[in-house]
This record gives sequence, C-alpha cells and structure tokens, in this order.
Amino acid sequence: MELGPYLILASLEGAVTAAVLALTAVGLSLVFGVMRVVNIAHGEFFMLGAVIAWWIAHSMGGHPALGFAVALVVAPLVVGAIAVAADMTILKRLDYDPERTIVATIGLLYIIQQLTLMTYGPEARPVEAPFNTRLAIPWFENGENGWQMIWPWGLGTTSYKLAVIGAAMTVLLGVWVLMKRTRIGLVMRATQTDREMALAFGIPVERIYALVFGLGAALAALAAVLIVPIQQAHYLMGGDPLLLSFIVVIIGGLGSLPGTVLAAILIGLSDGIISVFFSPTLAKILATLLVGLVLVFKPGGLTGSSGK
Amino acid sequence: MLQLDKINSGYGRAQILRDLSLTVESGEILCLLGRNGAGKTTTMKTIMGLLPLMSGQITLDGQDVGQLPPHEVPRRGIGYVPQGRRLFTGLSVAQNLEIGLRTRKSGQDTLEEVLTLFPRLRERYRQRAETLSGGEQQMLATARALCLRPKVLLLDEPTEGLQPSMIEAIRQVIVQMRATGVAVLLVEQRVDAVLSVADRVAFIENGQGGAVVPAETLRQDHSIVERYIGV
Ligand SMILES: Nc1ncnc2c1ncn2[C@@H]1O[C@H](COP(=O)(O)OP(=O)(O)O)[C@@H](O)[C@H]1O
Ligand SMILES: [Mg+2]
Repeated sequence: MELGPYLILASLEGAVTAAVLALTAVGLSLVFGVMRVVNIAHGEFFMLGAVIAWWIAHSMGGHPALGFAVALVVAPLVVGAIAVAADMTILKRLDYDPERTIVATIGLLYIIQQLTLMTYGPEARPVEAPFNTRLAIPWFENGENGWQMIWPWGLGTTSYKLAVIGAAMTVLLGVWVLMKRTRIGLVMRATQTDREMALAFGIPVERIYALVFGLGAALAALAAVLIVPIQQAHYLMGGDPLLLSFIVVIIGGLGSLPGTVLAAILIGLSDGIISVFFSPTLAKILATLLVGLVLVFKPGGLTGSSGK
Repeated sequence: MLQLDKINSGYGRAQILRDLSLTVESGEILCLLGRNGAGKTTTMKTIMGLLPLMSGQITLDGQDVGQLPPHEVPRRGIGYVPQGRRLFTGLSVAQNLEIGLRTRKSGQDTLEEVLTLFPRLRERYRQRAETLSGGEQQMLATARALCLRPKVLLLDEPTEGLQPSMIEAIRQVIVQMRATGVAVLLVEQRVDAVLSVADRVAFIENGQGGAVVPAETLRQDHSIVERYIGV
C-alpha cells in the first residue's frame, strides 16, 4: 500500500487527539486568561472526568449508551463542582497570587491523584463506547484497469471517533458563543482585561472566578469522558493532557481562545501523524521543542502580539 | 453626600493614608490637590473599596460603605473615572457602556442621556475601546461611570494629556453633573484647571489631609497653593 492511506489514517487519529486536546486546552486557557492562575491540577480534573465516567457506566448497567450519556452530563458537573469548591476554599484564600496558586494547584494535583488511587485503584478500566460501527475508507488506485476504487485493509475509522470530533467542535462553538454573545461572557471578558475596574463596576469578581475555574475543569472532564471509550480510565492519565495543554496554550498565545484551538489542531494532527509514522515519543519531543522555539522567537504565541 | 472620617489605608503593609477626612456635598465639586505621590489615587481606590480600610469610616448619605465588599460600592451609586482611563480593552464602546449600565441596572434612557452628553461615542459605538483617540477614550471612561447614574462621581486626573478642546468638553460635563446634584470629587494636577471649576479645594500631603479652602479664596490668593504643591 502507498503512503496516502496511511496519511489519512494518521490524520484521523490526529483529529481525534486534536479535538480532545482543544477542549482540555481551552479549559486551561480560560482559567489562565481570566484568573491569571496557572492550574497545574488541570490534568487531574481530566482524569477525574474519565474515572467518574467509568464509575457511572459501571454502576448503571443496561445499554452502554445509557451509562455513557449520563456520564457525559454528570461527570463534567461533578468535576466542575469540585473545582468551584477548590477555588473557594484554596485559591480565593491565596488572593489568586500567581506564584502561590501554582504551589497550591501542585498540591491539589497530588491530593486528587492519591485519593483516586486509594478509592479507584491502580487498574486501567475501559468504558464501552455508546456506538462503535467500523467505517472503511475507500482509496483510489491506478491498476491495470485504470483508476479504481479499492478498500485497503486496515484503512478505516469508527463512527465513535467521528462523533468525538463532532462533539468537540460543537462544545467549542458553544464556548465561543458563551464568551462572545452572552452577558456572562461579556462580564468574564471585562474581568479578564481589568479585575480592579470590573470590581469598580459592580462585577462580583470572586463569583466569576469560581465560575471560570469550574467551567475550565468541566471542559477537561468532558474531554476525558469523550476519550475514555478509546483510551481507558487510569489514575495517572492526567499527565499527558496537562503537558500537551500547556504546550498548546503557550503556542496559541496565553489566554487566547482562537489561538488555543488553532494550536490544538496543529499539535493534535502532527502528534497523530508523527506517532503513526515514527513514534509517540518523537511527537512529544518535537512539540516541546516547538514550545521552546515559540517562547524564544514569538513570546506572545503564534496568534498573539510578539511579546510585551 | 460622601464623607471620609479619619481613614487609614494603603497597599499591603505600606500605609499611605493617615487619618484623612473629607466631605463632598451633593451638587459640589471638591478638588483634591497635592503633589505626585501624595495619595490622591490611593484615596479614590480606598473609597471604591479596592484597598482595605485599616480604620476610619466612609459614609454615603449617612450609610456606611467602607465595610462593603468592593463590588457593592459602585452599586450604592459611586461612579469611578480612574487615572489612565482603564477601559475594558477588546470590548466595544457599546459593551463598555453596557458594563456601566449593568452596575445599577440602569435602563435605555440612561444610555440615551449619556450618549447625548458625548455624541462622539455614538459615532464610535461599535468600535473597540482601544481604537479610540485619547480624548474619546476619556469620554468613554467618563460615560461609563455616568451610566450608573452616580450620586458621587470620582474623577482621577481626567484631563491628563488631552487637547484643550477635549479638556473643555470634559469640564462641561463635570459642571453639568454638579448642576444635577452629583457630588464630584476631582483630582487634577493643573491648578488653573482646578480653580475654574472647583467649589472647594482640599489639599493632601503625604497621605494626610491639609487645609480645605473655598476655591474663591485661592483665586484671589495663590500663596496657599504654592505652599502645598510648590509651583
Ligand atoms: N500599588 C502600589 N503599591 C505600593 N505602593 C503604592 C502603590 N501605588 C502607589 N503607591 C504609593 O502610594 C503613594 C501614593 O500614591 P498615589 O495615591 O498614586 O499618589 P497620587 O497622589 O500621585 O495619585 C506613593 O508613595 C506611591 O509610591
Ligand atoms: Mg494619581
């Protein structure tokens, strides 16, 4: 088989990675943008989403689609609520000081991870996809009878993977509408540009912060619920999404949502393609290298103004 | 009427204001005059609840506003035009005004009145705040504060770096606000600008209150001004 089919396969895998990564990174970017908080525990909110999804699917029984649908709604809500509680009890007390919140969220990372290990255990557990039809992808080949359509073995995807991409795009569109077209989005953007002036115009900044922290965590949890039928739930699964989200947020320009989505697509697709053709490790190395280059040559990110 | 009674405040452990007392009556323009770093901006931030009150009392029409959480202070009717304008960048003129309107749930009629005061803003309505000229930005900062139908208006160096025509436009609006019974606390560097609008002038030095004199007295005798701000 030629290169073409492999490339399509790799791009499809990459698109799934990109979709999930975009959701996770937008959550991180939102929190950093509005609150100026670097949330090291973001990957743990992702992991909690997957673990709660397993727990719901496992205890519900019945058709897998039922448990999955409930998890899709409940897991982000529960994780969001946990994040709101963490914001009100920890971050607020630190006055959202940039350095101290980093240390605090590192602490939060270990607390969540260890509590999960103690209750959920060290196993990786699968969640069944609600639907999973295999879809073969055709390819065109110039054979002895001229061009003809063939169905190369191994070239295909599943309906579920396409659904993940669609769902992520829908949610991202929703976040965009929330930020640009609603009153609460307006208030969040005002808080983002000038916290003191937001207060001076009656905006309850602390409540906005709690909301944003909850929303950011819920997005990570939602991304995890989407990926868990493909990847399995494990208490250490938060590391990669955290690293990749940071890479994406830095490349996309700190706090810029369109930049974040663009960078997620770039990193996700190249991760998929490099992983298929070479190795996943090389993909991570190159992405990290790219961050270094961006930080040196374009500190404001690819979409941002260059430096301050 | 806004009243500060022996207030102490500052940044963290650095105390700036020491037992400062001031009264601004409704329908009056009180000018706060003092050297750079005397504590004028600090006074305004303390009134807005943005800096913690270490001791002392701030009352608005007899009601204590010094202990309120910061976002409640503007809701009581204190409009703030900060030094350096500090508009919500990235947001349009319309959206900046909307934030102001929402503070006290003012209606469409308030918006109309404000836009009548600043017709230029109507022309720039859909433009982003940071694309306006300096003078237009100052108009927007003032308009945003007027959107909450303030009982008290705090203006921190509103004419800093503006052309004479813009300074005059801002001055007109301040005088109009006084006529409608708003208590205006104005910080200005330029003594002549102060004397042309102020009813009374309060001096501040090293975070402490000094003499409070009718502007009329200063117009006749400049020596007090020179003693405080050394021109
Ligand atoms: N954010 C800050 N942190 C610490 N000290 C400050 C801060 N802002 C101002 N100060 C200090 O407070 C004093 C009063 O400043 P300010 O109220 O801005 O003076 P001005 O009368 O020029 O408006 C100055 O000594 C200044 O150095
Ligand atoms: Mg000042």
